[in-house]
Amino acid sequence: MSADPPPRFISPHAEGEFYWTSGADGVLRLQRCGDCRRYIHPPGPVCPYCHSRALSPEPVAGTGTIATFTINRKEWIPGFEPPYVFALVEIDEDPTIRLGTNIVGCEVDDVEIGMRVEVEFEANGEWHVPLFHPLPVERSEE
Amino acid sequence: MEEPLERRAVISGAAQSDIGRRLYRSGLDLTIEASLRAIEDAGLTVADIDGISTYPGMGGPFGGCTGAELHDALRFSLNWRDGGAETSGQLGAVHKAILAVGAGLAKHVLCFRTVNEGSGGAMRASGGGGGAMPPAFEYLIPYGVTSAANWIGCYARRHMHDYGTTREQLGAIAINARTNAASNPQAIYTDPMTMEDYLGIRMISDPFGLYDCDVPCDGSTVVIVSHRDYAPDAPNGAVHVNAMGTALRGRPSWDQFEDLTTMAMRDSAASMWERTDLTPADVDTAQLYDGFTWLSMAWIEALGFCKKGEGGPFVEGGARIAPDGDLPLNTNGGQLSSGRLHGFGFLHEGIMQLRGTANVPVADCEVAVVGAGGGPESGCLLLTKEIR
Repeated sequence: MSADPPPRFISPHAEGEFYWTSGADGVLRLQRCGDCRRYIHPPGPVCPYCHSRALSPEPVAGTGTIATFTINRKEWIPGFEPPYVFALVEIDEDPTIRLGTNIVGCEVDDVEIGMRVEVEFEANGEWHVPLFHPLPVERSEE
Repeated sequence: MEEPLERRAVISGAAQSDIGRRLYRSGLDLTIEASLRAIEDAGLTVADIDGISTYPGMGGPFGGCTGAELHDALRFSLNWRDGGAETSGQLGAVHKAILAVGAGLAKHVLCFRTVNEGSGGAMRASGGGGGAMPPAFEYLIPYGVTSAANWIGCYARRHMHDYGTTREQLGAIAINARTNAASNPQAIYTDPMTMEDYLGIRMISDPFGLYDCDVPCDGSTVVIVSHRDYAPDAPNGAVHVNAMGTALRGRPSWDQFEDLTTMAMRDSAASMWERTDLTPADVDTAQLYDGFTWLSMAWIEALGFCKKGEGGPFVEGGARIAPDGDLPLNTNGGQLSSGRLHGFGFLHEGIMQLRGTANVPVADCEVAVVGAGGGPESGCLLLTKEIR
């Protein structure tokens, strides 16, 4: 992604607006149930597990693992230039939570399933769009 | 088990409109053409039809035509009408017609799916059309993924990663479709395709290249669902509905389905087999959705023709899925080569195989399975030549 961010057509429902503004302070937040403590994505009005309405955005570490991805090579949206990677990232706090995102900060051909990634935010108009870049490969300690 | 209600239904007629890449005809026009052909094929008249059922029940290039438009255009007098996309995939329109007939709400239901995406795409490119983002895509569109090629490509890649599935194995599905399309006068693409062609074509959304993707077209498919009491009077033979698969047991989402190596067809297929004594070994031909090559493979696995993850080796080389193989697949060329009729093309071909009138007939075809849909859209039908 270059200095000019691509058109992203963000038009959230009320419950999900925080997802696109959370990055203003550099922190990724996900909706979490105040009663059963599970994370919920996409955000909704009621906890799907315990039906509580005590839901609010809570900070997460912003790290996770690529569950799968595709390298898009066709232009679908003028200004959104291929190639780019769309990935589903499982977050560390709860791997059943999958975030769709673009992987940045590496060549598209270097992306792999299982790759460890970390959030960053793209300023795009009034929004702060969560994107992910690879984390340095951890060396196992002998 | 009490007899499943769907056994009360037969498919007494089936037909298609002209089909083409770009016909520049309205969806209603195409729907009327297919409807009149199907009604005649069933040995009926407009006055005999007392139900209409359609997917997705909307106009425009994707929707094609509404049930109400057709209702009025031919001045039907109906006891029941239904249309919508909130159902068991494209075949949900047929499932609901079967239920209506079984419940006695209607005797003969005209089911249709019309697409006008070939011409519609051209019209959009010239400045028409456009629309708001559907809510389900709120977390996808911002990342530049507007196409099912992107969403389904993610599942295909995970399948390749977990099970060692190869592009050559996906290519066997594309080449099989192209080979069969050569005998289908309504097919869009009929030039022979080699594995070299398949592997060499430009990538769209890796691991999918252009030949992994189906081709938008214009066309309408109509089937007439009737009560089985009518079967002896159907002039071209009635095909029996043995079982239908409607289950949607996972999250209804393109990106949040629990298992990234299958889709909702897992549940459609399981629920279909729960309603019959027939088994995958009884199936003579499979007509399985190929909006993308990998979807046919996922359907093959979901229906139990092989174990989960073994779809790649199953189709490799193409012999097993050829018209003279163990499981003849998409014998009309599928959507990959014969056009995206959005599920109903497979249904039409399954019916033609059971009647023995397909362009590439499968020998002694007694049982056909039809599966339509990808992602959270899914449904299937088990059809038989005789009552089973």
